[in-house]
Amino acid sequence: MSDGIAITGAKTLPFSFTLPVVGAAGALFGLFAGTAQGATLLGVLGGAAICAALAWAALSLAGVERERAVKWGVIALFALAGLLVGRIAGAIVGALFGWFLGWFIYWIGRGRYRMFLPPYLTAGEVLWHYTFRVICGAVFVFLITPILVVMPLSFNAENFFTFTPEMLAFDPEGYSLKHYRDFFTSADWQQALRNSILIAPVATLLAVSFGTLAAIGLSSEHVPFRQAIMAVLISPMIVPLIISAAGMYFFYSRIGLQGTYLGVVLAHAALGIPFVIITVTATLVGFDRSLTRAAANLGANPVTTFRRVQMPLILPGVISGGLFAFITSFDEVVVVIFVGSANQQTLPWQMFTGLREQISPTILAVATILVCISIALLTTVEILRRRSERLRGMSPG
Amino acid sequence: MNLAKTLMASTALTVAAGALAAQDMESPVAGEPMIDSMTLVSWGGAYQNSQQKAYVEPYIEMNPEVSATWDESSNEAVAKLRAMAEAGNITWDLVDVVASDAIRLCDEGLAMEVDHDDILKPAPDGTDASDDFGDLIVSDCFIPQIVYSTTFGYRTDMVPEGVDAPDSVCDVWDTETYPGKRSLERRPINNMEWALYCDGVAKDEIYDVLATEEGQDRALDKLDEIKDDVIWWSAGADTPQLLADGEVFMGSTYNGRLFSVIEEQDQPVGMLWDMQVFDLDGWIIPEDLEEAELNRVLDFLWFATDTQRLADQSAYISYGPARESSAPLVSTHAELGIEMAPHMPTDPDNAENTLLYNYEFWADYRDDIDAKFQAWLAQ
Repeated sequence: MSDGIAITGAKTLPFSFTLPVVGAAGALFGLFAGTAQGATLLGVLGGAAICAALAWAALSLAGVERERAVKWGVIALFALAGLLVGRIAGAIVGALFGWFLGWFIYWIGRGRYRMFLPPYLTAGEVLWHYTFRVICGAVFVFLITPILVVMPLSFNAENFFTFTPEMLAFDPEGYSLKHYRDFFTSADWQQALRNSILIAPVATLLAVSFGTLAAIGLSSEHVPFRQAIMAVLISPMIVPLIISAAGMYFFYSRIGLQGTYLGVVLAHAALGIPFVIITVTATLVGFDRSLTRAAANLGANPVTTFRRVQMPLILPGVISGGLFAFITSFDEVVVVIFVGSANQQTLPWQMFTGLREQISPTILAVATILVCISIALLTTVEILRRRSERLRGMSPG
Repeated sequence: MNLAKTLMASTALTVAAGALAAQDMESPVAGEPMIDSMTLVSWGGAYQNSQQKAYVEPYIEMNPEVSATWDESSNEAVAKLRAMAEAGNITWDLVDVVASDAIRLCDEGLAMEVDHDDILKPAPDGTDASDDFGDLIVSDCFIPQIVYSTTFGYRTDMVPEGVDAPDSVCDVWDTETYPGKRSLERRPINNMEWALYCDGVAKDEIYDVLATEEGQDRALDKLDEIKDDVIWWSAGADTPQLLADGEVFMGSTYNGRLFSVIEEQDQPVGMLWDMQVFDLDGWIIPEDLEEAELNRVLDFLWFATDTQRLADQSAYISYGPARESSAPLVSTHAELGIEMAPHMPTDPDNAENTLLYNYEFWADYRDDIDAKFQAWLAQ
């Protein structure tokens, strides 16, 4: 509701509408709060009753003019209730809920939810308009919560994946950097980090070189069996990883590559090539072939044409493909377990064994670091993509 | 049950024996050509650390030219060794496995058969290695290191008020007195035995009963009573995590994990020794190593399985040394300084009521009972 102009007037709606809606919202939150305390039914009924009562009090007793005061009152009320149940963490959750409830009461009760929608929409259409947004939000929460939960747990002062009472009370004693210290001082983790850093860039380099050449070759019309060759090159992305891994294991064992650094690099390059082919092929769609003919006409040989004309134009596709190839190698665990030996133990491998044998929050610390690296890389990809689109005039941004 | 008796006798000697001078016997392969790197396979975590501290580091100190690499693959050692043998490319030198896996690898010809008296150092008093390890040598390929047990831990702060803490394995079934979830391993081994025992089967008849269809159904019926309260675990670290979370009231895991939760992590957890199930862990040598490789492995084994080294290991983890002669040498924890003997599963006070993993029975019945158990789980 931030930007935009009110196009439908607000009016106070009857309680026969407002109270059930607010009550239903209260019941939903009561369901969570009640289940957490071990009394689901009580939570649902209590939540509905309390929220409906508050809505009635706010809209009829306090009136519309004292909206601000009522909102602060609701926040204070729930913060206090939260404080009694769950100390500081409870107070924060309570205050957030109070803030939401205060806003929700007036949003429903005063009919503000229609303000920015065209007046001719039916009730069903309005309902769908907001349901759609709630579903999108729920999908987002579902995707992101597991990642967010990991981050605070990595600062745990204890050696378990547990939110301790001290952590929930925001007691500094409950937090520590010891798992990060463990990561940076333990020989095993440092060896794994070194292996990952040695393997991923080389695998990326190979994947980018071969993938780009393959994409350019496959996009010229005179190559026979283009579709079939493309399918074979893309197959590592489609075939289940465990099949590729087992196949590579037996093949590499025969030719003496199993358990070697080169073997892991080649395996990871094979996994990364499809990403490069796909992104580079996509950029080549917008590449004007007459440019290469013009360059040839001006006397440039094919290598110079590629280096000076074609490469700069498809560079964003090459780089984003390279980043995907890098992340593939950096995050890969199945193939390296088969193809590598103990000397090539990478970070994900170390995390995998660590998770099975010793549930230690060091894994969470590493996960947090890796998530940050992935976010940085993907942001770079997105910025490059926008820049290339802008340069080629494909989007107005 | 010979093994259980041997174990008891070995700890009973704790008082009797004094410090004995180590013998300076050289390994039988001393002076032969050896490679300078070893790939050792183990379980990772605290257990691998105890091996590293107790014998790998001292060995490398004596032989500075040697380097050791750990591969934390013991869990899937059987499958990986099979694949390696098939590909004709064995990259491991010494593999740490549980006894049942050692028996399988030996039967399949993937592990080397050894003469324990030839390749292992005698006890300090001159007893042959095979007598010193006694019945723990459950396979010709298996070189035992430790005795561990699977047993139950419980949250001391979740014991209801006015009730005594659980002291019997059958309290797992008593959800009225001790409400809360239980965690059990997602496999029939141990669970079936405990179920029959708590259903009133005498201890020495458990395997006779379990060999019959009715007996297996009876055990599953007993497990059915608590099925809704069970969280099934598959990794040794799961139960400690669930206990620390307060997610379960009691759960089975390895005694070393419980020691770590209680003594090192300081969690409000207690443990039961009742009906603990003994099992063994030890080394196997893969078949068909090259001669220089094998010589290095034998030289290392001679050192790493001697009486003092096995006793040293118990300073890092609460598992009992497999040699009878090591028991008197068990001392204190390397960091906490607490006396380790009372935390050994084989300590007479802890070993009043025990069971031994029945290798023969499970070798014969594992596939059948596994299938039944999984079908029951899926119901």
